[in-house]
This record gives sequence, C-alpha cells and structure tokens, in this order.
Amino acid sequence: MSKTLFEKIWNQHLVTTLADGTAIVYIDRHLVHEVTSPQAFEGLRLGGRKVRRPELTFATMDHNVPTDERFNIRDPISKAQIEALTRNCKDFGIRLYDLKSSEQGIVHIIGPELGITLPGCTMVCGDSHTSTHGAFGTLAIGIGTSEVEHVLATQCLPQQKPKTFKVEFTGRLKYPVTAKDLILKLIGRIGAAGGTGYVLEYCGEAIRALSMEARMTVCNMSIEAGARAGMIAPDDTTFQYIASGKRPFAPQGKEFERAAAYWRTLPGDSGAKYDREITIDASSIAPQVTWGTSPGMVVDVTGRIPEADQVAGYSRKDVEHALEYMGLAAGTKITDIPIDTVFIGSCTNARIEDLRAAAKYFKGRKAASKVRVLVVPGSQQVKKQAEAEGLDKIFKSAGCEWRESGCSMCLGMNPDQLKPGERAASTSNRNFEGRQGKGGRTHLVSPEMAAAAAIAGHFVDIRTWH
Amino acid sequence: MESFQTHRGLMAALDRANVDTDQIIPKQFLKSIARTGFGEQLFYDWRYLPDGKPNPEFVLNLPQFQRATILVTRNNFGCGSSREHAVWAVQQYGFRAVIAPRQKRGEMRVPAFADIFKNNCAKNALLTVELAEEEVENIFQMIQRFPALEATINLDQQRVSLHLPEEVSFHFEIDAAVKGRLIHGLDDISLTLKEETRISAFEKKHNFQLPDPQK
Repeated sequence: MSKTLFEKIWNQHLVTTLADGTAIVYIDRHLVHEVTSPQAFEGLRLGGRKVRRPELTFATMDHNVPTDERFNIRDPISKAQIEALTRNCKDFGIRLYDLKSSEQGIVHIIGPELGITLPGCTMVCGDSHTSTHGAFGTLAIGIGTSEVEHVLATQCLPQQKPKTFKVEFTGRLKYPVTAKDLILKLIGRIGAAGGTGYVLEYCGEAIRALSMEARMTVCNMSIEAGARAGMIAPDDTTFQYIASGKRPFAPQGKEFERAAAYWRTLPGDSGAKYDREITIDASSIAPQVTWGTSPGMVVDVTGRIPEADQVAGYSRKDVEHALEYMGLAAGTKITDIPIDTVFIGSCTNARIEDLRAAAKYFKGRKAASKVRVLVVPGSQQVKKQAEAEGLDKIFKSAGCEWRESGCSMCLGMNPDQLKPGERAASTSNRNFEGRQGKGGRTHLVSPEMAAAAAIAGHFVDIRTWH
Repeated sequence: MESFQTHRGLMAALDRANVDTDQIIPKQFLKSIARTGFGEQLFYDWRYLPDGKPNPEFVLNLPQFQRATILVTRNNFGCGSSREHAVWAVQQYGFRAVIAPRQKRGEMRVPAFADIFKNNCAKNALLTVELAEEEVENIFQMIQRFPALEATINLDQQRVSLHLPEEVSFHFEIDAAVKGRLIHGLDDISLTLKEETRISAFEKKHNFQLPDPQK
C-alpha cells in the first residue's frame, strides 16, 4: 500500500500498540533545554529512574540566557534554572552545550547545525517549535514536561496516531517574498488551529525550491497552525546541507552514502492518501504582516486592518479584543503603522541566511532614529559566521544592537523585552498578548520586511521599496 | 497519577477564544524549577493590576466565581507553547476540568483544545471536555442566568450535567485510552516500562541509519 512520508517513519518507529490503543513510538533524538526539563529530572530522581539513552539526549541553554553579557545572569531565578540544567546533565550523563560552548544556541538551530537532526528520525523536545526539524523529513514533536520525563526514562513516547494533511504550494515564491510569508499565508488560510491533530506535509514546486534554512522556517511555524508536526520530504537539498559544514553527529563517508540511500526511500509514494489536502499558489503570495494577537490574524502588506466581522476563523469579539490590545483601528493601512522596535532573531528566523537577508537592507543605510533594533543570532556558530562575513559591522553601523545567541525577545524570558505599548516588527513566531513583554505589541514579518521597517520606521512593501 | 472519575463543582465562564499558554502563565513564572506554586500566577496579566492588586473586572476575581473548579471557555484553549506549567497553573488554582467547544466555520475547523495542552492535561488528570459549539453557548447562558451554577462531570458515562431545576446534560467524546488512564489514575511511565522486553527487542533490531553518537 502507498504510504506517506509520515507513515513510513511512524511504522519504522512503532515499538508496540498497547491494548488501550496507545502507540509506543521509539525516539531517536531528544533535545533538552533549561525551562521544560528541571521538573522532569526531579521526577526521575523521585522515581529512582535513570536516563535510558543519555547518548541520544542533547542539552543546551537558550530561553533564559542574557544576550548582552552572557555570563552575567542578573536574575537569580534564571541563574538557578541554568545551574539546575548543568547539574542535571552532569548527574544523568547528558551532553550539554552550555554558555561556554562555541556550539551553544537556540535548541532548534543547533540540532541541524550539529547534524543531530537527520531524515527519517523521530525527535522530541520540550518545546513547541520542535516542528522545525521536520524540514529534514524528521518526525519532530513538541512535548510537555511529563513527556520529557517519559522519554528520558523510556526513550519512547506514547502517542495517539495523528492524521495527515498535505499542504501543496504550486508555482514559486516571487522575490523578495520569503518562506516566512508562505507559512504566515497558510496559517491565515487554515487558521491558528487548522492543523490541530494533524502532521502537515509541505510539498510542491515552491517547497522544493527552498533552501534548508527556509524549509526550517516553514516547518517551525507548523505549531502556529496547531499541528503536531510539519514535515518536508528529504531531497538533494537536504543531503547537501547535511554533507556540508562540520556536523559531528551526521554520518560521514561510506556511512553517509548508506544513510542517503535509505533517506531516498522516505518521500511519500505516489498515490499515498492524506486525511486532508490544500493547495496554495505560491506565486501569488505577497509579503505578510500580522496585525492581531493570534498568528492567523495576518494580511498582505498592501492590505488594511480588517473590520471586526470580516476575519475568517475569528469572532467579532476576538478581533475587537485583539485590535484594542494592539491599539489599531479597522481600515488602517498596514504601511501606515509606525514601529519603534525591531527584533531579528528566534528559532524561526535567526540562521545565517536570515541575517544575510536583513543585512542586505541595512547595508549603507541607517535604522530610523526612534527605532531600536536587536539582531540576535540563533547560535554561536551563526554569530561567528556572520562576523566572518562582516554582517555584524553592517548591523552596527546601521544602528542595530548585535547580540549573543539565545531565544531573547521572541518570548522575553531574559531581559530583552518590549515595554507596555511598544510596537515591534518581529521575525519571531508568536504575536500573543504580552509574549514579547507585558503590554508589548508584536507584528510578525520576514527578516527582509523587519529590516525595511526598521529603516523606514513603518511597514513597507519591499517589492516596490528602495 | 491522580485519578478522575466524577467531579461536582462550581463553574466559571471565561469568554475568550484562543487563550494561549502565554496568557495562562506568563514567561516570568517559567523560571521556577519546582512543580508547584503556579496557581497564584494563573492568567497573571489579566488577573492582577500593574500594582499587583486583583483586577476587579477579570472574571475569576468576580465574587460568584470564587472557588470555581470547572472552567468553561471558548475554542482553541491552550494554544502556543508546550509549557506544562500552564496545566499546573490551571490545576493548582483549583480547576479539575476545562470545558470548551469545537467549531466549524466554513473551511476552518477549530478544536476546543490545542494538541500539546490537551496531552499535558491528560498527564496531570486535568480533564478536558470538548462539546459542540451550541452546547457550550448554552452553558455560558445558564451560568449567566443562574449564579453559582454547579455541574457534575461523570467521566465513565462521558456526561456533563448542569445542576438546574430541570435536567440539562451533555454527552462528550474522549479518547478511550486517555479515559481509561484517567479513571484508573495510571502512570504513563510505569505502563510503558511494562513493555521493557519489547523496547529492548526493538532497540536491537532498529536500524537508526545513524552513526552511534557514543563513538
């Protein structure tokens, strides 16, 4: 029988199905960070249990870390959480990329960089943006702390089998429209819960044409549509990425050839059936800007803030609440919205290609005088590469702050936060109330759109802007 | 794990859709390494004024909803981050169950609960009850008409009954495995570890197609 990419990986990893119908799925790779793990390790201690496969478990610290003076963690509670991770990794024998490591970074950025993320694997992390790794044809699922403990103890995850949802993008994105616009467009179409209960599989000409980093941006935001995971079938672009650079956990030489031969069998068979399908013409997608407090509240940059009863998937009340919080009125043109903060970073858009794209706009220009711009590389490796290319100098001479790697203002667990009423163009993934700081207002955009907004002081249509 | 069979309690109505986990428990409280102490921080930014005093306009601060144990809300509750702290906060505040509606709007299907949140609830014996849109609308109206309205949730019968002069009750669907584990208070890790022989056998034959990270 014809199988989808998801079904092939699922079947390969199904240990058993319990009498009550629960599937026990084997997990090849477990990523751990400081925020969602301390209670899981404590649970292991209380239960007298060990980590079953410490060598398949990889930890880093990213959510809490300061991005200015990284070794000076001023918040004692943040510091205690980071120290707890160090202690737990030591006690349970887990490899840790801590602040001293030249490979530290956002957990979803360092996984692919180090070759931990590989096609055909199952992967989990106590973080919803684990979906990022699906870009490699990996089944990557975000889990809660109880499940983190479960995977630490058993290397397995109990699951109810998700449904499959084929998302096909025909045609090609028109420069300078990006992967970020593509995924925001999808979320606008199916809604912030449109993918709930499904594993999304992205395919079509536009997806094939994307780089690995752009594919990661797409899969990263699968969770913003509520999906359990998002995946892209591996192809030559995937294999080239894995073979390039120094990826210590990726197969090398003969082992790589053997693995690649297997990976080539992973794409879905022709005639494979999906529970749901949607087709979107990528060539017609415009740069996207979110205007509300849910990622599905999104519009073309040429658009206006919609009327309260004109938003698919949201009630009048939802929209009125959102607009009140955002301090916006229906009918306002997106390009008339002034911004005072720009955040370029996060597991969605802080890889080297994102920084290069933003730097192209900043080169020889200055950020508008009242706009504060934070550029936060996703990892120490990204930072080093950007500095080798002189991107940091471009950012700094444009008036941007060039920081150390971490999650930073995406969720503001560290001191990088919006103040009440501040309005940001952000390359991150969530525009929820208070997400980037209590009372802060977030508009999600691509790195290119964020850079242009920083320079102009308001949103601009980068297709026609010089 | 604690079990859940039946529960009778006061209902509180939070009339918001897409309540995300950043609202349920804001980031600054995720720094704790403990599993307790999150009840005070539930809905923090809505519940407290900037000076730290309770916001008198927020529903859970209204006198009629004090000591509520069943939260009735709108669709896609718990969307966003995977933080289990959100479930701990709802539970440690005193809620035993959350009721929300599934919706269908044209092309869009909106479930009652976000996937990871619902999963996290099941691991903590916080019951999620998914009803039809009109049923939840009905409950919202009843809560408004009858202050201090209580309900009984019977998990075995999969039924929510409102304590009104005449019987009003709703049937709900729930995954059979989740139901069984909740009713018997079974611990997931112990259940999986019973399959040790199978897991070990799987590990022996499983071709990781990967280099051994040990090397």
